[in-house]
Amino acid sequence: MDNYEFHWNVVFDAFPQLLGGAFTTIHVSVLSMLLGIVIAVLLALGKMSTSKVFYHIANVWIEIARNTPALFLIYMAYFGLGAYGIHLSPYFAVFSALVFINGGYLAETFRGGFQSIPKTQYSAAKSLGMNKFKVYRYVILPQMFRRIYHPMTNQFVWSILMSSLGILVGMNELSGETQRLQSTSFRTLEFFIVAAVMYFVITKLVLLAASLISKKVFKGEIS
Amino acid sequence: MIEIKDVHKSFGDLEVLKGIDLDVNSGEVVSIIGASGSGKSTLLYCINAIEKINSGKIIVDGVDVHNKKTDKNKLRQNLGMVFQQWNSFPHLTVLENAALAPQIVKGFTKAEAEEIARKELIHVGLGDKLNEYPTRMSGGQQQRLAIARALAMEPPYMLFDEVTSALDPELVGEVLDTLRLLRDDGMTMICVTHEISFAKEVSDKVAFFHEGLIEEIGSPEEVLDNPQRERTQQFLSKVL
Repeated sequence: MDNYEFHWNVVFDAFPQLLGGAFTTIHVSVLSMLLGIVIAVLLALGKMSTSKVFYHIANVWIEIARNTPALFLIYMAYFGLGAYGIHLSPYFAVFSALVFINGGYLAETFRGGFQSIPKTQYSAAKSLGMNKFKVYRYVILPQMFRRIYHPMTNQFVWSILMSSLGILVGMNELSGETQRLQSTSFRTLEFFIVAAVMYFVITKLVLLAASLISKKVFKGEIS
Repeated sequence: MIEIKDVHKSFGDLEVLKGIDLDVNSGEVVSIIGASGSGKSTLLYCINAIEKINSGKIIVDGVDVHNKKTDKNKLRQNLGMVFQQWNSFPHLTVLENAALAPQIVKGFTKAEAEEIARKELIHVGLGDKLNEYPTRMSGGQQQRLAIARALAMEPPYMLFDEVTSALDPELVGEVLDTLRLLRDDGMTMICVTHEISFAKEVSDKVAFFHEGLIEEIGSPEEVLDNPQRERTQQFLSKVL
């Protein structure tokens, strides 16, 4: 290590491929987040539902998602399903695992956000003559959304970073691409340093955008 | 006019209202007093159909409140309600709080709704807080906002559910002043309250609730100064 000489040129030459990998990283994180949100809403409703069936389905999903390593779920999607003859592409295996986990985590975020709105807000809105839709549209959801906004941002950053596990099933996201490039050039340190910087920049940009949006959208305070 | 006829209401096995009869004429101020758990607040919740009743009838201006065909949302527009906890909407400014329902429920334009809201907010003394967010205000100010928000729907009736009992003592006065203002405007009001001296001052009628029944009802002088029933006497001796 004392004599390690950095050679950056090979990294710069491969920069377009790294950018391509970064694009795939963002792609899979955004899509897994969007579908995760939809599933999380359903799971949160299931967990608050009086139907035992919905409750237990939601509960099992949430418990597995929150208490098993992401790596395990990616392996299950890629190798586990493969053993049953269901062959997912690396992209789809990682995507599925991230959706599964995002759904489980966000469900609890949503449920907490929903339950944190006092019931009295609902009565107050009703007493003003609002129907159910208007109560939710104008009173409950705007308050709920600001409570879950930052946890959602965190979950998105988590998805970006966890998609790097794609490296283990040969996905060509940023880490996988980095792995492939360093293995043919042997500039391991350079490639991983640049990849790390790229992850850092991506997540920082996401957090910056999230904070700008929240300043613009959320006025006032929640009690 | 609000007519309450033999209303029974239970929560599970617990019968909270055991046959309430009460008429409130237009322009009248009726105060309901009594110990906690005597069914006072429940009655208010039943009047504006937030709670269902088990039997009996509540009729507001000829409309049977608990008839399945009654449009409850429309009905509630005539029954302004203010709660013990002020429940201001924390994501909206003071002006937006009061303008929201006129706009989205009554269908006024934003400008019209804000005009009505501004008028009511000035009326309750919050004219200088229009663009504040309620969480930055005191409990008394937030409770006055809740009153203005209900008034902005221009309801003929107002229901007040222990509106001062969650307030610090020094903030009670400003809210009671606001209620006096409404009384002077000729508003029909039902006030569930623990403020006996206030009830005495503003009410046309005082009803003493005991275990789900009206134990005694009459003018403030009759009920508060010369209570005939033993339970009323006991209650008053404890709270006065």
